[in-house]
Amino acid sequence: MKHFDYVQPKTMDEALASWEPGASWLGGGTNLVDLMKLGVTQPQRVIDLTRIPDLGEITFQQDGSVRIGAMVSNAALARHAGFAQHFPMVAEALLSGASGQLRNMATVAGNLMQRTRCAYFQEETAACNRRTPGAGCDARDSDEELRALLGASPACVATNPSDFCVPLAALEAQVEVRGVNGTREIPFADFHLLPGDQPERETALEEGELIIALHLSAAAAGFARHARYLKVRDRTSFAFATTAAAAALRMEDGIITEGRLALGAVAARPWRVAEAEALLVGHAPDAALFGRAAEAAMAGAEAPAHLEWKIDLARRTAARALAMAAVGTPARMPALPASPFGQQNGDLAHV
Amino acid sequence: MSLFISLTLNGEARDVSIDDPRVTLLDLLRERLALPGTKKGCDRGQCGACTVLVNGRRANACLMLAAGLDGAQITTIEGLARGEDLHPVQAAFIEHDGFQCGYCTPGQIMSAVGLIAEGDAGSDPERIREGMSGNICRCGAYHGITLAVQEASRRMAAKEEGDAA
Repeated sequence: MKHFDYVQPKTMDEALASWEPGASWLGGGTNLVDLMKLGVTQPQRVIDLTRIPDLGEITFQQDGSVRIGAMVSNAALARHAGFAQHFPMVAEALLSGASGQLRNMATVAGNLMQRTRCAYFQEETAACNRRTPGAGCDARDSDEELRALLGASPACVATNPSDFCVPLAALEAQVEVRGVNGTREIPFADFHLLPGDQPERETALEEGELIIALHLSAAAAGFARHARYLKVRDRTSFAFATTAAAAALRMEDGIITEGRLALGAVAARPWRVAEAEALLVGHAPDAALFGRAAEAAMAGAEAPAHLEWKIDLARRTAARALAMAAVGTPARMPALPASPFGQQNGDLAHV
Repeated sequence: MSLFISLTLNGEARDVSIDDPRVTLLDLLRERLALPGTKKGCDRGQCGACTVLVNGRRANACLMLAAGLDGAQITTIEGLARGEDLHPVQAAFIEHDGFQCGYCTPGQIMSAVGLIAEGDAGSDPERIREGMSGNICRCGAYHGITLAVQEASRRMAAKEEGDAA
């Protein structure tokens, strides 16, 4: 690990003033410290945000919306009874990610800032435009399965690896950020950038800005009865998604009145298509309907011949997530959250 | 740079000097505080061999910068037993053969203690397996580990009920 200057500011003002180009904000460290060990990230200065007051609160407002402080841990948010009740698919996504240890350490803001898990990004000897602008992309012609099917560019085919971000996109979260010029909110859909010809620009944060909170509206809680996250991965637990989907429905008298669908692990940001959601409205839940919505959600997907299976897998993941949402949110978190092998209510199923 | 942090380490107050911000909690414990029970496996948060409790919650010591831990309460495998009395999780690992070579065992045991404290696995084997998925055992002692965590979880819950009654 390259040497760095470590600071632990005690106030937000002190934190903002300690920023310099080439610095990194430190939350739980589960991604940053790992990348620093690999040499992929070499910050000159590490600014530890864990001692700043008030960033660790989960606050329900009078209007039913919730504000989640940037330094709340993944585990604390997923296990917060009120939060899990109102936003069950967010809790399910959180509990399907990483391990018990990592979820205790990782923060919600750090989750939004985590870097791609593309093997070529993490391997120092490989060419990667995201790590070293202008170096080229060795992933494009590789068999890397964590590859974008949508929104990729000649410069970069990396995916966003987050589970948490997929339901946040579906539920139209807002990201509250602060910089020396004040506070602003960024709609979730605008937070992560597609690579274009500048894949090193990953988020809408300006130099020296940091995330201070996430917001979910009361309207987003209206999906709580029919909301699921489904994640397909190489092993049953503790693996990044090969494909994933967050599906949420509002139903009245057996008819879908509103639908939300976001796909994970298929692009550099969670992928949401308005046309796919519009197809659902006014219909009763039905496998063919969900198939058409999944097809629309994946419209324009591209993969090299040896990875075409991933397009099919993403469609099926989306259709199945919709079907699971239609059945209803389970009363208790499944034993295997977000798993296609888990049955409802935690029954023993996969062994 | 030299930075001083105060820790409560296995119940004992310790003042520690950190001369390099790159020192992780894992290296601090093993190399500087003579507590080699916590193991280094992958050093990347993937294997769980370095699991300790930080402020009562299980964490991967390999990914924590020691410099950030001023005021923290740390429990390692060395701090679980009370003299000759093993912690219920330690005792259950012995009874159920929850190990073979033993290298992952301190991490498995600390992770199990953390999981039981989190409270939502209970004695359901599927939830225990899922909750323990951050700990890899190369010998494949998973069956014994699951039984041990189940047993310890049951005993600790029974003792709690007994204490409350």
